[in-house]
Amino acid sequence: MNELKSGSNLEKVLKAGHFAFTGECGPPKGANVEHLKEKIAHLKGVVDSVNITDNQTAVVRMSSWAASTIMLQEGVEPNFQMVCRDRNRLAMMSDILGVYSMGIRNMLCLSGDHQSFGNHPQSKNVYDIDSIQLIALVKKMRDEGKFMNDEEIDTPPKMFIGAAANPFADPAEYRVYRMANKIRAGADFIQTQCIYNMEKFRLFMKKAVDMGLHEKCYILAGVTPMKSVGMARYMASSVPGMDVPESLIKRLQGAEKGKVAEEGIKFALEQIEEFREMEGVAGVHLMAIEWEHRVPEIAERAKMLPRPKI
Amino acid sequence: MIIADRKPINEILYMIKDCKKILIVGCKGCVTVCNVGGAKEVGILASILKIARKKEGSPIEIDEKTIERQCDNEYVETIKDIVNNYDAILSMACGVGPQFLSEMYPEKRIYPALNTTSIGGALRHGVWSERCAGCGNCVVHYFDGMCPIARCSKSLLNGPCGGSSNGKCEVSKDIDCIWDKIVRKKMQEGRLDDLLVVREAKDWSTARDGGPRTSIREDIAE
Ligand code: SF4
Repeated sequence: MNELKSGSNLEKVLKAGHFAFTGECGPPKGANVEHLKEKIAHLKGVVDSVNITDNQTAVVRMSSWAASTIMLQEGVEPNFQMVCRDRNRLAMMSDILGVYSMGIRNMLCLSGDHQSFGNHPQSKNVYDIDSIQLIALVKKMRDEGKFMNDEEIDTPPKMFIGAAANPFADPAEYRVYRMANKIRAGADFIQTQCIYNMEKFRLFMKKAVDMGLHEKCYILAGVTPMKSVGMARYMASSVPGMDVPESLIKRLQGAEKGKVAEEGIKFALEQIEEFREMEGVAGVHLMAIEWEHRVPEIAERAKMLPRPKI
Repeated sequence: MIIADRKPINEILYMIKDCKKILIVGCKGCVTVCNVGGAKEVGILASILKIARKKEGSPIEIDEKTIERQCDNEYVETIKDIVNNYDAILSMACGVGPQFLSEMYPEKRIYPALNTTSIGGALRHGVWSERCAGCGNCVVHYFDGMCPIARCSKSLLNGPCGGSSNGKCEVSKDIDCIWDKIVRKKMQEGRLDDLLVVREAKDWSTARDGGPRTSIREDIAE
């Protein structure tokens, strides 16, 4: 990790050894630019960069590249997300060139939820390439200056390459190897799925550190504060690959009336405190779903402010 | 073999609503084996349709004929002397049948009675499961005899997505996550190293993506 690969703010923050703090923002279900700008405003100066989701949960939204460019204009650095569900390799490569031309420097490569989850379950699923092949593709474009077919690229896109890891999906023993494969393919940073089962995550990170993965890649721990008992229950039962321990649900239930969300934030703050000390964790990825306005407060209380300026 | 399901009766009734006399043609190939288009199923469908039409007050005459295979002109030809006796022909073969029938009898209306679903095999009596996507370049040996192209809902080639849970696919609890099985078998057999590589993007040009395919056996082709 000598020279800068993309020169993005996120890369600089991580490279300088700061504990990174990234946020997340879902584009609107329409062309409501004002609403998007409002959400972006809450995150400005509070996080190092912000993931812009790509038709998350397979529901059609404003395209992630368009929302990313709007974010850029608003002075916030986007992590442009791209899923393999909706585009073939031609569309992927042209979008990568496109977003790079617009000034986007971070990209997160994902498989994407199957379209059967979303609002157009009748659609064809593309999966021309998978998320690991996408990582390798972005790296090839950046480092070799070539398209997938080995043709030369005139001015290659230089992206800081991100990938996701879910320590809680099955087969559990394999998950750290899958993360290793993403790093092998070229991931510069990893953002994990929302963590609630700290026990399991500690074990996962221990294995990752034993394998030396934290020295090859920056690993950011995923945090989503629980807003309600209902949300916790829903995540526990209906979101595949999510692990919400019963103890956390009990803790939220035990909170005073009207204080459940505060209890959720407290749990998130305790997590962040532990992640700061945990070997191999280079930062936190805060996915405050439709809760962007609470992020400044969470950042403040988590002692994440001010964010480093490099 | 090729697996198929019968179309809903109402859909079939609608197709033949203007017909007074039809021939249902079964096939002794795959669809007989998967109990959906053999002589027995042809008989059942004929009875159901006749009863339904009688109830509607517009009875229909239906003859039955099950041939060796509908994917071979040699057998499709065997009905040439009788096709003209009917308003339409209802094929109970996979999607190949109605096409071969249409090609040989261009003046006839040919309707499909089945929905072809997949290439697969029988898990147990009455249950068939998809195994092959016909991609034109078999890779099952890399995955310990399990094809992720056909059996992973996202055709992933580099391991299980983040939605794999308790051996089931994120799409439905009725679908096994094939990557869960591949990983477990690799680990059990001490072949985990096979998976610690980045498998390159697949060349889909040999699959349907490259256009309709024709196989030619030069040595025997006429
Ligand atoms: S859960 Fe398993 S089978 Fe389903 S899409 Fe993910 S890897 Fe494929």
